[in-house]
Amino acid sequence: MTTLIWIAAALVLIAVYLSWTAGRLDRLHSRLDAARAALDAQLLRRASVAQELATAGVLDPAASIVLYQAAHAARQAEEEQREVAESELSQALRAVFAESAQVEAVQEAPGGEAALGELTEAVRRVPMARRFHNDAVRAARALRRHRTVRWFRLAGHAPFPMAFEMDDEPPAALAARTV
Amino acid sequence: MRIGIVCPYSWDVPGGVQFHIRDLAEHLIRLGHGVSVLAPADDETPLPPYVVSAGRAVPVPYNGSVARLNFGFLSAARVRRWLHEGGFDVIHIHEPASPSLGLLACWAAQGPIVATFHTSNPRSRAMIAAYPILQPALEKISARIAVSEYARRTLVEHLGGDAVVIPNGVDVRFFADARPKPEWEGETLGFIGRIDEPRKGLPVLMRALPEIFAARPGARLLVAGRGDEKEAVATLPEELRGRVEFLGMVSDEDKARLLRSVDVYVAPNTGGESFGIILVEALSAGAAVLASDLDAFAQVLDGGAAGELFANEDAEALAGAAIRLLGDPGRRAELRERGSRHVRRFDWETVGADILAVYETVTDGAASVAADERAGLWARLGLARDQARD
Repeated sequence: MTTLIWIAAALVLIAVYLSWTAGRLDRLHSRLDAARAALDAQLLRRASVAQELATAGVLDPAASIVLYQAAHAARQAEEEQREVAESELSQALRAVFAESAQVEAVQEAPGGEAALGELTEAVRRVPMARRFHNDAVRAARALRRHRTVRWFRLAGHAPFPMAFEMDDEPPAALAARTV
Repeated sequence: MRIGIVCPYSWDVPGGVQFHIRDLAEHLIRLGHGVSVLAPADDETPLPPYVVSAGRAVPVPYNGSVARLNFGFLSAARVRRWLHEGGFDVIHIHEPASPSLGLLACWAAQGPIVATFHTSNPRSRAMIAAYPILQPALEKISARIAVSEYARRTLVEHLGGDAVVIPNGVDVRFFADARPKPEWEGETLGFIGRIDEPRKGLPVLMRALPEIFAARPGARLLVAGRGDEKEAVATLPEELRGRVEFLGMVSDEDKARLLRSVDVYVAPNTGGESFGIILVEALSAGAAVLASDLDAFAQVLDGGAAGELFANEDAEALAGAAIRLLGDPGRRAELRERGSRHVRRFDWETVGADILAVYETVTDGAASVAADERAGLWARLGLARDQARD
């Protein structure tokens, strides 16, 4: 009889532990989804502002084409090419806004100040959002590698989380601006 | 935006983290956000309207000094109530890895959580032991902020993952606009900090003083901070003691005026600093800064461009550098000029905007903060009593 009670108690304990771990995992997955959504939003915002600036006619034609092309590619990229396309947009932005003279020229154009403010905000927030996203990825991965999670398949069919790797270095002339 | 901030240390005890939280809360309130700060405090302490008391803190030795911390059922209940009543869009926890309110809030909340890590200790045994216990709580944090690149490095080493670096803020204008006090001017060195805490470095400065005073006969040292004054000058030759003036605890205004008045501000701290807000304050006030070459200090001083560095705990190096600076007004003016340009990145305008950007980033794709009803198994089986509450 006592053996049965012990076995029952052990089973209950295991069940509670599994349920708690599943809850942890669930929370991590929703944190990951939120971080991914935030990263998407920031990337999209950056590409939109870049495209707006490229078509506004405040930059010289060559810079406009480079920026437009990169922003367009970043917005249209398939999931697999996304990291490369976004990195190329970062490079294009760095090339276009390499000097503070360019920034000043945009500032003087009508509406330029507002557009630059938005762009500055966007190029600062992309690295932030990416760090938060990759931090969530690391936490989720660490738990999913745990043997309890693997043996009992607590993760279900959720895809294994992948970090988002890209070049997100902001242009120096913009990074120095205070918003 | 409704923002809840959790302060781990007693509100009635002055300290860097508390001041940071006070300034952050007031800055955010000025911008029109709704802010509530949960902090340990004695029930009879008068609190600003935005602070909610989490009960009395218990003094326990932690992290090399006596910290006043909160734990236990009562505190946990107060944390839950605060979360429930606040209806926050985001909560900002300070020092989530210390066994206090921060950790309790981490346990009790769900939703967008931002955390700032202030300390940067080398890996401790307690940390390793506590890691499996901390992990489930820390993995709820959606965004981590480290106050310096150095703090970020230790954080990544201890807990893995990543963090963004946002420095502590300073009200630059307050220090830049302070009026100098004539009796504190004229070849003066300044020191601010606890006198009896060796890691603040006053003993190192005292060892260097005889040489400095011998080379600069007009020089004086002004010391502001609590502690035993007699003991502090015990190692100094009798005839030099008159040239050290103790001001005791000073008000914020006097601190700013002191920093405005002195020729050179000396920060001989020997360790345990993760940021060095006092250096930023000294730079804002236009003092030439001479600091030990701790990682955190070197970073605040831009690797030595915004202030001079000397080898940590080396009294002779300190004396040499101080004598050079006191005798070279041109160099001091140059440091002042570079310093005032450098501190702009620490101004609340910049720092506050960055912190708000973090809040906005984490709230973008998420629901608001709620108490974490860890009903677990019962809830999943549909047996939880309080299920209908939310």
